[in-house]
Amino acid sequence: MGAIKVVIQNLPLLLQAAMMTFILSLVATAIGLVIGSLICILRHSKRRSLARAGAIYISFFRGVPLLVQLLLIYYFLPFIGIDVPSLVAAVAGLSLCTAAYLAEILRGGLLSIPVGQREAGEMLGLSKAQIWRRLLLPQAVRLMLPAIVSEVTLLLKASSLISVIGVAELTRTGQNIAASTYRPLEIYTAIGVIYLALNLLLAAGGGMMERRFGLVRQ
Amino acid sequence: MIFDLFVFAGSGTEILSGLLMTLLTWASGTALSLALGLVVSVGLVFGSRALRMLLRGYVEVIRGTPFLVQLFILYFGGPYIGLTLDPVPAGVLGLAVYGAAYFAEIFRAGFLAIPSGQIEAASILGLTRGQVVRRVQFPQMMVVILPALINMVIILSKETTILSIITVPELTFVVKGIGTRTFAFVETLLALALGYWLLVEATSAFGKALEQRIASHLTR
Repeated sequence: MGAIKVVIQNLPLLLQAAMMTFILSLVATAIGLVIGSLICILRHSKRRSLARAGAIYISFFRGVPLLVQLLLIYYFLPFIGIDVPSLVAAVAGLSLCTAAYLAEILRGGLLSIPVGQREAGEMLGLSKAQIWRRLLLPQAVRLMLPAIVSEVTLLLKASSLISVIGVAELTRTGQNIAASTYRPLEIYTAIGVIYLALNLLLAAGGGMMERRFGLVRQ
Repeated sequence: MIFDLFVFAGSGTEILSGLLMTLLTWASGTALSLALGLVVSVGLVFGSRALRMLLRGYVEVIRGTPFLVQLFILYFGGPYIGLTLDPVPAGVLGLAVYGAAYFAEIFRAGFLAIPSGQIEAASILGLTRGQVVRRVQFPQMMVVILPALINMVIILSKETTILSIITVPELTFVVKGIGTRTFAFVETLLALALGYWLLVEATSAFGKALEQRIASHLTR
């Protein structure tokens, strides 16, 4: 009985922290999409050196463990004279990492559209911007949507690591409560359930978007 | 500040022991989770309805929660239900339980990838169910799922860094310690990042070579 009580007592705090985790993940995804698009363009640049730089970026951020990336950014920014709160360092770290994965998703989505369509668009006299806006992007987004949603789910789970650099998101808040109440089993289990619920929420949101924009139409 | 690469001088044995601990937890965590994952996948495919639902629940809970939180429940929560573990066994057990859920899904996809006609043909030829799994399904599915398996092994190598948070003295823990001692955080962490990068790229190259060797009969 005490187990449920200690969770209920701390529930408002936990839900507030869950909100933080959720928003942080979405913000990092949004920034990651912008950086990821740039990396994707870089990766397909005609200049070999730029394409190489894009490939190295993707390889580095997918090859190095996120925890090490986060610690590196956390200590590196002050080292070069940029003093930022740990929250900013955390969002920067998550964004840079997810950008590498998103760049690969964007690449896959764009490559899966047949070249013939682009050629047909050119033959019909569409401008380059029109081809992108009306032909390639609408189709690519539909193809990429499931992969992007699953990347957001991964990021949401990975965001638990920013607790290490002191950001008061769900895991960190749980650590504090577990330490002050001496009930780690109950609190950490509750946190696990909240992460599970957040992921279900994301999956439901993703499903809704896929039904709205995706390839499967009712 | 200056960029000083001599911060590692005199820490050679410490780093080596950290690296060994990383490799040890990675290897044992991978081996255990592969074995457990295979068992779970067999239950998911061939088990009774109740068993299937139970295992599905396990897989979904593990895949829906962060590894760090799972570790906390095991390491800090465990003692309250009589499961008191030292950091290293807790880390390896955590990796095994975590990885097994992902490996189970990969194995399950592999089992489903083999056409049922083959299984029917084999059972008509008089092979027992165990023989069908061992001699017909398993060898073929390994070719199909090898890329996914290697990918997961690489992910596990990166997850070992998280064990540093529950004070397992692996590479990240040791290098962080050196950083704290010398205040040379950037140098130490940069070297650490490059080290992991190298490890992951090497594993990835090894995996590609293995894929080519095992699937060579398909690409001809």
